[in-house]
Amino acid sequence: MTDVNELAAAAPIKLTRKDFVNDVEVRWCPGCGDYSILAQTQKVMPEFGVPKENIVFISGIGCSGRLPYYMNTYGFHSIHGRAPTLATGLKIARPELMVWVITGDGDALSIGGNHFLHSMRRNLDFTMIMHNNRIYGLTKGQTSPTSEFGKRTKSTPMGSIDRPMMPLTLAIAAEATLVARTVDTHTEHMQGTLEAAGRHKGASYVEVLQNCNIFNDGAWRDFTDREFRDDRMLVLEDGKPLIFGKNRDKGIRLVGLHPEVVTIGENGITEADLLVHDQHAEDPYLALILSRMFWPEFPVPVGVLREVERPTYSEMADAQIEAAIAKSGKGDLRKALLAGETWTVD
Amino acid sequence: MTTTPTAPGRETVELDRVTIRFAGDSGDGMQLTGTQFTRTAAVFGNDVSTFPDYPAEIRAPAGSLPGVSGFQLSFSGSDIHTPGDAPDVLVAMNPAALKTNIVDLPAGGALIVNSDAFTPGNLSKANYAANPLLDGSLKAYKVFPIPVSTLNAAALEGLEMTSKQIDLTKNFFCLGLMFWLYERSMEPTLKWIQQKFGSRPVIAEANKRALTAGYSFGDTTEMFHTTYNVPKAKLAPGTYRNITGNEATAIGFLAAAHCAKRELFYGSYPITPATDVLQYLATYKSFGVRTFQAEDEIAAMGSTIGAAYGGALALTGTSGPGVALKTEAMGLAVMTELPCIIINVQRAGPSTGLPTKVEQADLFQALFGRNGESPMPVVAPATPGECFSMAIEASRIALKYMTPVMYLSDASVGNGAEPWRVPDMSELPDISVPNVVKGEGTFLPYSRDPETLARPWAIPGTPGLEHRIGGLEKLDGLGTVNYDGANHHKMVTLRRAKVDGIAKDIPAQEVYGHEEGDLLIVGWGSTFGAIRSATERLLAGGHNVGHAHVRYLHPFPANLGDVLKRYKTILVPELNLGQLWFVLRGTYLIDAVSYGRVVGKPFRIAEIVTEAERLLAGGR
Repeated sequence: MTDVNELAAAAPIKLTRKDFVNDVEVRWCPGCGDYSILAQTQKVMPEFGVPKENIVFISGIGCSGRLPYYMNTYGFHSIHGRAPTLATGLKIARPELMVWVITGDGDALSIGGNHFLHSMRRNLDFTMIMHNNRIYGLTKGQTSPTSEFGKRTKSTPMGSIDRPMMPLTLAIAAEATLVARTVDTHTEHMQGTLEAAGRHKGASYVEVLQNCNIFNDGAWRDFTDREFRDDRMLVLEDGKPLIFGKNRDKGIRLVGLHPEVVTIGENGITEADLLVHDQHAEDPYLALILSRMFWPEFPVPVGVLREVERPTYSEMADAQIEAAIAKSGKGDLRKALLAGETWTVD
Repeated sequence: MTTTPTAPGRETVELDRVTIRFAGDSGDGMQLTGTQFTRTAAVFGNDVSTFPDYPAEIRAPAGSLPGVSGFQLSFSGSDIHTPGDAPDVLVAMNPAALKTNIVDLPAGGALIVNSDAFTPGNLSKANYAANPLLDGSLKAYKVFPIPVSTLNAAALEGLEMTSKQIDLTKNFFCLGLMFWLYERSMEPTLKWIQQKFGSRPVIAEANKRALTAGYSFGDTTEMFHTTYNVPKAKLAPGTYRNITGNEATAIGFLAAAHCAKRELFYGSYPITPATDVLQYLATYKSFGVRTFQAEDEIAAMGSTIGAAYGGALALTGTSGPGVALKTEAMGLAVMTELPCIIINVQRAGPSTGLPTKVEQADLFQALFGRNGESPMPVVAPATPGECFSMAIEASRIALKYMTPVMYLSDASVGNGAEPWRVPDMSELPDISVPNVVKGEGTFLPYSRDPETLARPWAIPGTPGLEHRIGGLEKLDGLGTVNYDGANHHKMVTLRRAKVDGIAKDIPAQEVYGHEEGDLLIVGWGSTFGAIRSATERLLAGGHNVGHAHVRYLHPFPANLGDVLKRYKTILVPELNLGQLWFVLRGTYLIDAVSYGRVVGKPFRIAEIVTEAERLLAGGR
């Protein structure tokens, strides 16, 4: 048994949020969304019942990269974009550990884009939390792969001419087996999402919409602000119709291949006409549609878009080793050294 | 040389050493043919040395000059170190193979050609205006034109095969002929055919018939008046097998994991000429070996660091262009002081360079190719067999000193083969090191062992030692992030002192030949064979010379400076433009002489002898 959650369930231990807090001084800018991500992460950790010595946080470079220093677990602050590669080696060597990859939009999608894709498609059993603030913060304000088209930054004074990436679409295309989105200021929702991702066996990807109040203040304000977030965000619940709005009167239906915002009660529309969320659907079509929906054309979906069961990389690697041993016995070095034809000189 | 009559009009000549080169189209199976002859000679008890020389293209257009693939092997009744400067026999399967290889055949050498392949089309592809078999241009050689394709097809008559399939077996006809000519048994190859093609009886039968037909052709034709016998070599007692450097590297690290009592992790991305190591290690799953084919070179290095962090004996393998990509992550391994090994099977560069050809031009990259003060031990095996022991040694250094180690092999040592004395299990060293567990007081991840300066290796899963590491500078001892200049100076100095201190823990530099005198030839890596053979010749010629082959390139053996000072002249032959030479001059302030060649091939013995003699005669 190498699954972290199964191990924890077999021997549950009681920890509290405080067990995951250490005395390292937190050095993010005051007001940064990263504080909330850290706080929710620390809050959720005891829920898994995993001893803290069996938990490893691995990060890349960027403001998000500092998070492992503040977790009272094992931690590795690696190099730009490469955190998934360290997590991959660690999970292959030590499948029983619970591994979290902390990354940002530049770290995961730009310099580390290749590792993002491949670690997801291998279904390595770790959870990647991507802090998405649509800007390069640590280098003080350059365009990122998720920056808006036309965005003026220090490196794009006349506006960015790069099209932004849709991270969730990419994660689904890369065969991640859990794909979710949450928001830094939406603390309870974030806790629930992190818990779902941590419990999932396989490659989990969570995009956290995060504000950078210094270099990109109001990054997601248009739909995350308290006053209108109910009308502009769509909270996904498995098995429930896609309903949103302060008055719970708006919904999403499918016309042909296209989603459409409708109002319940208008033009004869009832709840029965709406798309029903099915995060466990084997095929990715619904999740792909949701991953493309964005403000202002659509409310922004948050929650788990997709969650499917697949054998993990470590399980399959272990199975091959077991099969090899079953076939030819445990490796015998003496025999390996003497393989092929040998002859003796007296 | 002794001769004994065998059949009427035929005699056996005893030779000490023979060098054969098989050359043909890259689809003609020359590598396999050469490998089979090598195995057979090795199993018989000869010393052998090989030089596979193949093009970067998998299948260049048939019959073309760039598509020629060659395999040279030398087998001997005495101890040999190189695959031979020049072949005694050239087997050329087509005009292109003849054209590209004939320059290396000395006058009087034997040339066996498949005359069927000398068609107008093939002659034109090889840029021959006239058929060289007919125009007298080969009169300096003993030419044996044999219609191999025709004879082979006749031998395979009745088998349900296409004419193309039949043609693919003609290399075994030539192999059979060579077995007859050099009085070698067909048994090992017949056994191999059965193993390889047992499930495809027609193919197995075809290859057996081709091999036997070649052998019988030699016996019945009146073309050859002599067969040759090369007696067994007097090797040190023990059990031997034939091994390539890449194979020895793979099983060397397999053994190292056993000696370290750890699981082996190998993260790698395919690249010529290092791919073999990944492929060999992927077959050892029953040992718990975990191989990981990464998405790129960087991921291969990153996964290696992750596995090392988790407590595995972790390594990655590549060639120079791959090392270039891994460089940043190698710096992370230096900074986090995690034990791992980076194998570089060097090839000719820069950039993509000559992917299948040998060069030793990555020494600077190994020593200096990272940002910041980034010291890393560097070792280099000198022969295919030595790849085994050096793999264990690289692992020992990595684990004992908590450091990444660069293991510099090359295309020549990696692809070359030689008989290897299989070590007894009792000869394998214990290189295990413990992981730290919780003790009294605060855990200090950057405290140091007073003798080795290694930091403690605390792996995840150890209760009470939760700590954070990374690429930012660490506070001495506590290991927290620290930007203080004085601390940085201290840490840089400590990391360097740790690696420098390894000099006390490696064998002293040995010298072959005279311990002091007129000339010391200093080499490293795969040039061992050519330099050692050259030194033997110079010593036989009465010269006062020595050969020092440096296996530890960083740090150098503690006595190397003293050794260098005992000679009037230092010659440093390298397959680069003087990289070890530069470092020796810089380190020891000696006026050494560089002899650099970068032609994509190993040194010839004669080249080094000539250069040494020039210096011995007072040249500079």
